[in-house]
Amino acid sequence: MVSDNSHNPAEEVRIGFFICHCGVNIASKIDVAEVAKFAETLPGVVVSRDYKYMCSDAGQDLIVEDIKNFRLNRIVVAACSPFLHEKTFRTATQRGGINPFLCHMVNIREHGSWVAEDRVTATEKAKAMAQGGVGRVRRHVALEKRREPVLQSVLVVGGGIAGIQAALTLANAGKHVYLVEREPTIGGHMAQFDKTFPTLDCAACILTPKMSEVGSHPNITLWAYSEVIHSEGYVGNYKVKVRRKARYINEDECTGCMECVEHCSFKTGVVDDEFNVGLVKRKPVYMSFPQAVPKIVVIDPLTCAKLSGGKCEESCIPACDRQALDFTQTERVEEIEVGAIIVATGFKTFDAKRKPYYGYGDFPNVYTSLEIERMVTSSGPTEGEVVCRDGRVPKSVGIVHCVGSRDHQTNRWCSRVCCMASLKLAYLLKEHTGAEIYNFYIDMRTPGKGYEEFYERLLEEGNHFIRGRVAEVTDFAMRPEEENHLIIQVEDTLSGYVRRVPVDMVVLAVGIEPQADASVVRRLFNISCSDEGFFLERHPKLAPVSTATEGVYLAGCCQGPRDIPDTVAQAGAAAAEALALLDPGFVEMEPMTAYVENELCSGCKTCQTMCPYGAISNDAERKIAVINPMLCKGCGTCVASCPSGAIHQNLFDDQELFDEIQEVLAHA
Amino acid sequence: MSTKPKVGFYWCASCGGCEESFVDVAEAILDLAQLVEFAIFPVAMDFKRQDVEALDDGEIFATMINGAIRTSEQEEMCHLLRRKSQVIIAYGSCAYSGGIPALANLVSKEALMKYVYEDAPTVVNPDHARPQTETLDQGRMATLPEIREMVRSLDQVIEVDYSIPGCAPNPKLVLAALQTLLSGERPPKGAVLAPNVALCANCPRIDTKPRELSVKAFKRPHLHEVDPDTCLLAQGFLCMGPATRSGCGEACIRGNMPCTGCYGPVDGILDQGAKILTSLASLVEAHDEAGIDHAMEAIVDPVGSFYRYGMAKSLLRRKIDLPTPVAR
Amino acid sequence: MPDTYQPRILAFFCNWCTYTAADLAGVSRMKYAPTTRVVRVMCSGRIDPQFILSAFAKGADGVLIGGCHPGDCHYLEGNVKCLRRFRILQRMLVDLGIEPERIRLEWISASEGGKLKEVINAMSADLVRLGPLNLPDALRSFDAEVLKEETEAEVQELVTIP
Ligand SMILES: Cc1cc2nc3c(=O)[nH]c(=O)nc-3n(C[C@H](O)[C@H](O)[C@H](O)COP(=O)(O)OP(=O)(O)OC[C@H]3O[C@@H](n4cnc5c(N)ncnc54)[C@H](O)[C@@H]3O)c2cc1C
Ligand code: SF4
Ligand code: SF4
Ligand code: SF4
Ligand code: SF4
Ligand code: FES
Repeated sequence: MVSDNSHNPAEEVRIGFFICHCGVNIASKIDVAEVAKFAETLPGVVVSRDYKYMCSDAGQDLIVEDIKNFRLNRIVVAACSPFLHEKTFRTATQRGGINPFLCHMVNIREHGSWVAEDRVTATEKAKAMAQGGVGRVRRHVALEKRREPVLQSVLVVGGGIAGIQAALTLANAGKHVYLVEREPTIGGHMAQFDKTFPTLDCAACILTPKMSEVGSHPNITLWAYSEVIHSEGYVGNYKVKVRRKARYINEDECTGCMECVEHCSFKTGVVDDEFNVGLVKRKPVYMSFPQAVPKIVVIDPLTCAKLSGGKCEESCIPACDRQALDFTQTERVEEIEVGAIIVATGFKTFDAKRKPYYGYGDFPNVYTSLEIERMVTSSGPTEGEVVCRDGRVPKSVGIVHCVGSRDHQTNRWCSRVCCMASLKLAYLLKEHTGAEIYNFYIDMRTPGKGYEEFYERLLEEGNHFIRGRVAEVTDFAMRPEEENHLIIQVEDTLSGYVRRVPVDMVVLAVGIEPQADASVVRRLFNISCSDEGFFLERHPKLAPVSTATEGVYLAGCCQGPRDIPDTVAQAGAAAAEALALLDPGFVEMEPMTAYVENELCSGCKTCQTMCPYGAISNDAERKIAVINPMLCKGCGTCVASCPSGAIHQNLFDDQELFDEIQEVLAHA
Repeated sequence: MSTKPKVGFYWCASCGGCEESFVDVAEAILDLAQLVEFAIFPVAMDFKRQDVEALDDGEIFATMINGAIRTSEQEEMCHLLRRKSQVIIAYGSCAYSGGIPALANLVSKEALMKYVYEDAPTVVNPDHARPQTETLDQGRMATLPEIREMVRSLDQVIEVDYSIPGCAPNPKLVLAALQTLLSGERPPKGAVLAPNVALCANCPRIDTKPRELSVKAFKRPHLHEVDPDTCLLAQGFLCMGPATRSGCGEACIRGNMPCTGCYGPVDGILDQGAKILTSLASLVEAHDEAGIDHAMEAIVDPVGSFYRYGMAKSLLRRKIDLPTPVAR
Repeated sequence: MPDTYQPRILAFFCNWCTYTAADLAGVSRMKYAPTTRVVRVMCSGRIDPQFILSAFAKGADGVLIGGCHPGDCHYLEGNVKCLRRFRILQRMLVDLGIEPERIRLEWISASEGGKLKEVINAMSADLVRLGPLNLPDALRSFDAEVLKEETEAEVQELVTIP
């Protein structure tokens, strides 16, 4: 790291200016030749060129050659966003034989041509921006990237299929994985399904082997019923605190025999069973489902008679021949250090009560798709039997698509899986009951391998498809055949008239939305959300599993709605990114850290409160501030606070910015 | 004729404190008088403009000019002294950065004159008479200098070699500066002849300043008791010490008053006011707008507080929507 | 003022939110007034009030600061530190004759390309209404009245004053 940002006055600044056409992306709105000609007149510019594609090999070679031929020692590339090609051009600069940080990019595409209406003003704006870049690059000095070791372990947050897949991939590659799952078991939503579209293979058959592999993998530390409560550090070196909630069960002793559940003083369930989405009740001591991993029961302190403060005969305790029950257990906080973090916290389904005219919660025979998923599962609460809440086996079922999705009043986005999940449920319901099935859809969205074929199969098998957004579900009968039925009122947009379809059962295909605590999780890991609240990837196409925070990756539905095949693929990609980070054993840190010019520091301590990472300390002996470059992340907040101008920041030093401000404004 | 080097003092828009402070060096002045000869020294000796004019160009070794520049006469005298002197030192905050007089840059000349000659409570002026640059009186022309639209620092009018800030400067600094110069040593041109580090470095209270200072609300010193030992900023008083060059001998702090910033910033700072603003605001504890505003309520006049001595040399120099001077 | 007057806005955008939002606006081909000159900083906390004053002094008609929403700063609270400085700076600038509309602080997240566009357009309209600030010229003319270096004639005149 260079600790002296002052100029070497002996060195003559020789700048090369390169402006890119980006095909027509830039050139159509900006007269690049004119800008190049203008840049040539700026002090220090030795050579100025425009070129079709600067990022192409030939474009980069132009820089390399010019550095050699014109003895250039500063480079300005006016092209796209530095987020896209800063690395490219820095590397080219380095190939030319000078320090990569002597290159600066000016963003005339995203901030210029693409937002411009008028060619003349866009060209003038580009000139100003070019002048700003040339102005600042004069001040650039050579900088070195610091190397930091990378810890060889990864934290995966969330144990749905995304987290499971990512954890296994990493563990199989020999990295240690901490898998933290909030619920008592891993599995996520997929564990709740009976079959998966479009192949209709049994969810449990493909998921449970993976779950048990996680449970027994030597490289995986599985902490279910746990939550990350704090995270700090930087790429390759994160310190994380995990709260492990008390299960009131000695985990080493419990074998999952469920004798305690059997013998609980409550003879029947007392509270809604979360795993079965409230279709049945569970006891205070329970296991989510028989194949749960870890295969350990848990006691819910809110309903347990003893733990909630009441009296209980504690019949569960003697029931366990391994004395695994432990009412004295308290929560623990584990501290771990990891090199990378994969966030795979999944989604929640849309709350159907937010669409009151669909009658969910009012009419007992209105269900959500997730409830039906449980109902059709042979190991589910009804053992696969489809019966309405009023005890009837439905003879007709209406499936309403897009509930909460593609709707400006609720969620604007398409949840991507509901059409296919509805088709799957249509198939299963018909199979289980032989009922007439009516699908109410806005558009059928079946993009995916074998998806359209599945849709066709359902069409052929005599399912009804009615195109139109359902207006209302009501029990108000207007005709005799509507008596004792739920009536789905819809405008059939294919035939053009309003229809009332009487059915016994209504299934609401609820959409996918961000977890309720997404904004908390996001802050924990210092990542952003897109407008809808799903976690934001660094680039939608080029870095879809990375985030703006180095070393934090995304997998699964926490980043946006997707089906299982896509989730698994994405989880693999996230694992690959983490591996690519871990494997070299070190990371190169951006050099834009801050440092104190000792002689100028008065020890006023203003900066000490500024640093969010505690990088600044007070040297008691010399009575000055000292910045630890390992901890500094280069925000520059302390720099701006120092009343003596004693703190400098590499690449963003006062002089660089003053010059950029002056020059970018100099062009009228 | 004496061969002792000639030294000059001159005052422009100033209170006279700067020259007084120099007289304060007491016995040392007598020693200095042995070494040098005074060419002009209005506060202590009777010299006339003609005496200076009569000197050869460059005959004066060094002239210390104090006070800000607001009149045509001051400009003329400064030009004259520049020509006659090898070294010009801006002496004191006013010459260095405009000082208190430069706060007049917040009002127009017209508003200023109107107040002084018409509206001030003690003025009776039914004819709205104003000073004129030329008045014919009993056949003789009496002249007055022109008052400029704005107040300037010395270096905005003539070339300045060195500066010694302070309101008033610590006489030790000027003695040291003269000794250095007389010894033949020449610091780099433009240098400020005072330590290049802020006041906190020398402040007797620095150890009482907490490492993680966070201020709920700033306080005004005349409304609260001031603890004589604790860092004033830590007590919530607006102390400019962190953003002010040292060299004063911490006079205000030792007098239990917060630093008001008279020594100007350290080298490289373009705007002392902006710097004290950023450092003070950085200490505020509140996170929301209302809380932040409340914390800084006691800074009733930010410009007056942050630019008490530096308005002329600040980035904006004056209230920007005042009438702009017209070329002569 | 001709109706082609295009104000000049110096925009300090933090790398993680607002700069990225500006990229997004570009990728989404949103059109907005060609008034901004973006200076990238890693965090809005890096913005030294000196930068803002110097922007005005060097010819900006307005200064726009864009940072992450409170709670979203990539460096936790840099934006809060920015806000603290901004509040008093804006108050002070009014005393120095700079209208509050000329300095604006906006929280614009990486996904809010649309908001970026709206803010720039709204601010540009405000500045068109206010007209140019043109401080470089004003600063130059501040010294028009000063006695320039003496000419020979002036020296003569000085010397011969009775
Ligand atoms: C009704 C319905 C039917 C579907 N049917 C199919 C189908 O047939 N085929 C198909 O391909 N796709 C189907 N899908 C889509 C499928 O559910 C998703 O693609 C898949 O579940 C996404 O997996 P995930 O791991 O990203 O999220 P999830 O399955 O939601 O898993 C996330 C996990 O993270 C945990 N978690 C959340 N927050 C935290 C936290 N803060 N700390 C720790 N852990 C946390 C959760 O408890 C959960 O275990 C269906 C979706 C729905 C709604
Ligand atoms: S460098 Fe950027 S602007 Fe140029 S062609 Fe490549 S992508 Fe386009
Ligand atoms: S703010 Fe500046 S002068 Fe004060 S202690 Fe920190 S580095 Fe030193
Ligand atoms: S720039 Fe300063 S405040 Fe920011 S991380 Fe580095 S030391 Fe801390
Ligand atoms: S802030 Fe003022 S009182 Fe406190 S240490 Fe600095 S100069 Fe001394
Ligand atoms: S990173 Fe955007 S405001 Fe701090």
